[in-house]
Amino acid sequence: MNINMDRRKVLKAGGSAGLLALFASVGLISPALAEGDRKAFFAKSMDEALSLMGVIVPENSDAIKLTVPEIAENGAVVPVSVVSTLPRVEQISIFVDKNPNVLAANFFMPGGTESMITTRVKMGQTANVIALVKADGKFYRASREVKVTAGGCGG
Amino acid sequence: MGNPMKIRAAVKDGVTEVKILMQHEMETGMRKDADGALVPAWFITDVKAQYQGRTVLEAQFGQSISKNPYLVFRFQGGAAGEKLTVSWVDNKGDKRSDEATITA
Repeated sequence: MNINMDRRKVLKAGGSAGLLALFASVGLISPALAEGDRKAFFAKSMDEALSLMGVIVPENSDAIKLTVPEIAENGAVVPVSVVSTLPRVEQISIFVDKNPNVLAANFFMPGGTESMITTRVKMGQTANVIALVKADGKFYRASREVKVTAGGCGG
Repeated sequence: MGNPMKIRAAVKDGVTEVKILMQHEMETGMRKDADGALVPAWFITDVKAQYQGRTVLEAQFGQSISKNPYLVFRFQGGAAGEKLTVSWVDNKGDKRSDEATITA
């Protein structure tokens, strides 16, 4: 069997696991992240996403400042900012609880990277934006509702 | 190859703030085109920022990140004139890497 043929088959198969393994093998992303699965990105509810991420019941925390607009006129571009004063933050995840796939992003902060992130998400309808922060091995959350007047996921 | 990112990295009081604007459609796979056909999912799945060979941020994206993803983060260290590299890969296997110079 020819090696190039195998490569093509891997590319054609196109499964995300296969692709991630391939990227890991060329050093484009770290093996840790490639092995860290993406299952939670297919979760249809907060409960499902949290259970796939191995989170029991995250505590609400005042040490997480979640900044989102109260009203989003354009659901396609909703600014989200998360700043945490919790010690030893390793990860910040952002969810939109009424989107078809609730998990929007995971951010991994190595030591020396500050516990803050700003990004922009799509929202199909009025929903809660949830920030999940992993600090010192424990998960904490903060949640805020955003009223969406024009959804950002329709066609 | 994707289109180039815009990256601004500025150091102040020993902390470098990085602002990244990626150019990507970020199709959810749920949107329909004018003919009613589903537009296939096409979105960035992984992002990595590196400074002097060390990773300063890693991210996994889902379909809910907006078109032309925007990120702001901060890390301790960095000096004017030093380089920072940001890379992404999408669910079709396309990838892109861009370099920025830290400013004071």
